[in-house]
Amino acid sequence: MPLVVKEWLADHVELPADLTAAGLAEALVRVGLEEEAIHPAQVSGPLVVGRVLAVTPEPQKNGKTINWCLVDVGPDHNEPEVKGVDPVDIPAGGARGIVCGAHNFEAGDLVVVALPGTVLPGPFPIAARKTYGHVSDGMICSKKELELGEDGEGIIVLPRDLGFATADLAPGQDAIALLGLGEEILEINVTPDRGYAFSYRGVAREYALSTGARFTDLGLPSPASPAPAGAPPAFAVEVRDDAPIDGQAGCDRFVTQIVRGIDPAAQTPQWMARRLEASGMRPISLAVDATNYVMLDLGQPLHAYDLAKVSAPIVVRRARAGEKLTTLDEVERALDAGDLLITDSPSAGPAEATGERVLGLAGVMGGAYSEVTEATQDVLIEAAHFDPVSVARTSRRHRLSSEAAKRFERGVDPRLPLVAATRVARILVEYGGGVADPGHFDLDVTAAPAAIDLPAGLASRLTGVDYSEAQVVEILEAIGCQVSGTAVTPPSWRPDLTEPVNLVEEIARIAGYDQIPSVLPAAPGGRGLTPGQRTRRSVARALAEAGLVETLSYPFVGDAQFDALGLPVDDPRRHAVRLANPLADDRPLLRTALLPTLLETARRNVARGLPDVAIFEVGLVTLPHAGAPAAPMLPLATKPSEAELAVFAEAVPAQPRHVAGVLTGRLDLTKHGRMAQWSDALELVRLVCARAGVPIEATPDAETMPWHPGRCAALSVADDDGLVLGFAGELHPKVCEALGLPPRAVAFELNLSALASVAGDAPVTASPVSSYPAAKEDFAFVVPTDLPAEHLAAAITAGAGDVLEDLTLFDVFEGEQIGEGKKSLAYALRLRAADHTLSADEIRAVREDVVTAAAEVGATLRG
Amino acid sequence: MAATVDFPTMSAPHEAGAPSPLDEAALDAAVATAREEIAAAATLDDLKAVRTAHTGEKSPLALANRAIGALPGPEKAAAGKNVGPRRGAINQALALRQAELEAARDAAVLRDEAVDVTLPTARRPVGARHPIEAIQERIADFFVGLGWEIAEGPELEAEWFNFDALNFGPDHPARQMQDTFFVEGDQHLVLRTHTSPVQARALLERGAPLYIACPGKVFRTDALDATHTPVFHQVEGLAIDKGLTMANLIGTLDAFARAMFGPEARTRLRPSFFPFTEPSAEMDLWFPHKKGGPGWIEWGGCGMVHPNVLRATGIDPAEYQGFAFGMGIERTLMLRHGIADMHDIVEGDVRFSRQFGMEI
Repeated sequence: MPLVVKEWLADHVELPADLTAAGLAEALVRVGLEEEAIHPAQVSGPLVVGRVLAVTPEPQKNGKTINWCLVDVGPDHNEPEVKGVDPVDIPAGGARGIVCGAHNFEAGDLVVVALPGTVLPGPFPIAARKTYGHVSDGMICSKKELELGEDGEGIIVLPRDLGFATADLAPGQDAIALLGLGEEILEINVTPDRGYAFSYRGVAREYALSTGARFTDLGLPSPASPAPAGAPPAFAVEVRDDAPIDGQAGCDRFVTQIVRGIDPAAQTPQWMARRLEASGMRPISLAVDATNYVMLDLGQPLHAYDLAKVSAPIVVRRARAGEKLTTLDEVERALDAGDLLITDSPSAGPAEATGERVLGLAGVMGGAYSEVTEATQDVLIEAAHFDPVSVARTSRRHRLSSEAAKRFERGVDPRLPLVAATRVARILVEYGGGVADPGHFDLDVTAAPAAIDLPAGLASRLTGVDYSEAQVVEILEAIGCQVSGTAVTPPSWRPDLTEPVNLVEEIARIAGYDQIPSVLPAAPGGRGLTPGQRTRRSVARALAEAGLVETLSYPFVGDAQFDALGLPVDDPRRHAVRLANPLADDRPLLRTALLPTLLETARRNVARGLPDVAIFEVGLVTLPHAGAPAAPMLPLATKPSEAELAVFAEAVPAQPRHVAGVLTGRLDLTKHGRMAQWSDALELVRLVCARAGVPIEATPDAETMPWHPGRCAALSVADDDGLVLGFAGELHPKVCEALGLPPRAVAFELNLSALASVAGDAPVTASPVSSYPAAKEDFAFVVPTDLPAEHLAAAITAGAGDVLEDLTLFDVFEGEQIGEGKKSLAYALRLRAADHTLSADEIRAVREDVVTAAAEVGATLRG
Repeated sequence: MAATVDFPTMSAPHEAGAPSPLDEAALDAAVATAREEIAAAATLDDLKAVRTAHTGEKSPLALANRAIGALPGPEKAAAGKNVGPRRGAINQALALRQAELEAARDAAVLRDEAVDVTLPTARRPVGARHPIEAIQERIADFFVGLGWEIAEGPELEAEWFNFDALNFGPDHPARQMQDTFFVEGDQHLVLRTHTSPVQARALLERGAPLYIACPGKVFRTDALDATHTPVFHQVEGLAIDKGLTMANLIGTLDAFARAMFGPEARTRLRPSFFPFTEPSAEMDLWFPHKKGGPGWIEWGGCGMVHPNVLRATGIDPAEYQGFAFGMGIERTLMLRHGIADMHDIVEGDVRFSRQFGMEI
């Protein structure tokens, strides 16, 4: 995001002399340019101008020669004595002794000295240090060390390398101020709608809007003067866009300007290099720096071509199949038919043969072939306006973000190209000794911004602030609009202003969001939480009350997680949605169950020395179904049809909410606490189902992983065709081993969404409570070992009929008395009639019915 | 009667030694002796013996009472008045002492049952909600209290709902800034990057007026570090009705801030940009407990719902208008509870959740 150098900003808007970076940030944030960071001054401490008094080359054993220098750093910094130097060699004003490895200077040169206490960019603190047999009492700096550019060779000699006049320099002078290294730099965040704020022009305008400071618009076009007769023809451009996007031509403005005879050795002026550096751009060469400078200043991306390498006319067109381009970053790119190109016409021929050589990706990046070099003398300047969508697509397609693309994508002022090209030409003339051609080429088919009808009072109706009509007009004019009644024409630099609400935002933000009062609206009243939401809360709370801790895990899984659970290759749970860009390549899938990641959470706790784990998670799982259609891609601001909504419903995979829990180790905190066992998992399931208000049936399941084949129950809703909602029991020993969990860990997982939908929301109809006496009858039945207790209980329940109020299993016994392959199940029944006291005969009849019904499932009353 | 108990403190009464019912001094002495012995009885067993000695058949006053019958008629009445009240006094003293000794005995029994109440009592580890879930419920309660409803939507979402329905054009830079997880292939599915698609779904399903809050999980391709997580939570608020203004937005945000951060909390808006709101704002929260002193911190984004969002959901923007806002739950939780590192929130270490218990 843009860096704002105050000293540069002041070219456009009056700034108070004492404005700090923080003060600037505060002014800008009020109008919506947020502070990203304030970068501290790059250099602090005593960085001064020094004059080299004496240079003594000293060859070293390692083959290098170092220079032992005496440097005058001014009366405030000179020392009267220098260790190891005869006092008679020290001038009257004193000096400092400094070791320097560079050789591109001599006695008498004016240099930059970092004295001990200076902190250079890095941060790199400077201290006096012993080296090569001397105490080096500071450092003579190079450009690189001060981040003033790449090193040419060696250290900076101020007049020679940075163009300072010797007369302006004196030893001891503060070099931080001299070189502009001491400024804190504000970095701002520009929202995508404010392309114009990617320039000093735009930021200055916002500062003026925020503070009322006087703003000078340096980006306004001046009336063009016609080229004199006999001038060389301007460099022609044609736009031939045969595939405009949404009817929008890829290019609607293209200005070319030629500057000839530039001195290839001409340097970028120091002030410009410094401004570019401070704004985050590396100075490269005068021609490139000039285009970058004007881009940062005004917001218009520019390109400089070596005129000798390009042939008129330039043709702006879409790429053809098979075309390639090596961009400035030395990458060869295969071009896409949607890419808008800048091409030229090297071979003289018929008009349709023009534009055969690709020079660059329009608005994104130029090509290597035509770039300006150290030898370039004649430059062709391009300043154009491209379709934001076209630039955005090319930039995205080639994963190529550039300063130009960033600006074009967000919208550039189409009235800037000529202003900007002229500015660049002027710089090349002034600092490069070139001569600008008197004529320029300007292809301009830009449309003037359309007027927006702003209904009177809309801003007040949307914000709740009573803006006066005069205030509205004043603000709109301040941002550059022309106002005529309700017709508001936005300025050319605000392509984001297209709808009345855009203008409302402008009014509200310039008047100040702090003017808007705080008024809590009265909603019409809602229905509270939905039954599903209430069930979810109730279930989560019940599990927590039962001693489990709720955890959350990421929904990303891979084959390894399924393998650890021992899922067969064709297990439906392996059929998962795959991400195109997962964070981790080994976890590209969205979970189809909670247990894989919940068990990882359990393991993490165990690994952290917490072996007794009782945790649960509630979350969505994603269950794709084969053959689902792709989700429709529809236009903006258009309601999907019923048919399209139906396709959305088909396309988006089912995402039921599951609840899962894991218990390992001891259930309680006593020393010999009971270990969690399969029945605890079942108990939790029953708790969940009780909270959901759904009776659940457990049936043995010996097939499904990750469960112990003899200790797992499939869970289904009674009276619902045995629809399986989940499983509970002990984990398979191999799963515990693979996951590094303690043996005999138990778990459960249930489809909570399905459970809640079974529960429904119908109110319970209450039965009257009988106050007649209860009869208590106990039965002990002998059954085959493998008979599920539930079967016997169901038979007893059926046999006892309406008078059965409660049935409790109070004993399970296996032993010799019972016989091999058999077990005894003992039940207590509480019997009660609704309307009378049960007689002994009635009770006897119930007993007989129970025994008969039990016999049908193979149970015999224990004698 | 089994009067075999030895009474060392008094001589065994016998009829011969019984006081005359007319001898008040002797009767008083007998009462005094009884009182002394009652007071001296240290146990209920002692008291039982004292009771026998002073109210039993052979006790002085019982004997005196019996002697009344032998007195001549005129003296009987006086003798009765001498003996009766004195017997009553002894019984009363006995009853009082009985109550005292029983109370002492009961207290001693309870004292003996004393336990070390500082012993650990927890047999089952305490469970807890995850604070991210608990705070979402608390947030939901706030909005339900305002008369809003809680809406939900899928986490794996159609690209159109996540972006286009919310006025993010396919080529809009904002769409590229969302760091989106895409589903492989051309299914046009994404992990929702914000809870905002629920706005569009709710408007399509339920129309206006609509007041909903939508807490839930969202996803961005950020690696986990101290302040970022690829899977996090937001709460979205949406109110669409006739005549709702930005002032109503601020009123709602202020009330929400107070509910979350206490009565001093307030909010401030800064101009910003979101494709689905216009005007748009970043919302700052006044945070008295900010590190380095009270100050404003960024809490979320908000604005007036863009007419294109209403159009995409079949609502007429000329008739209805409203506001939307969204904030990060993790950020809210971290601010509210001084959580320094996102790892604690996402790793599932039970020691983290246990700090919060059930309510937050």
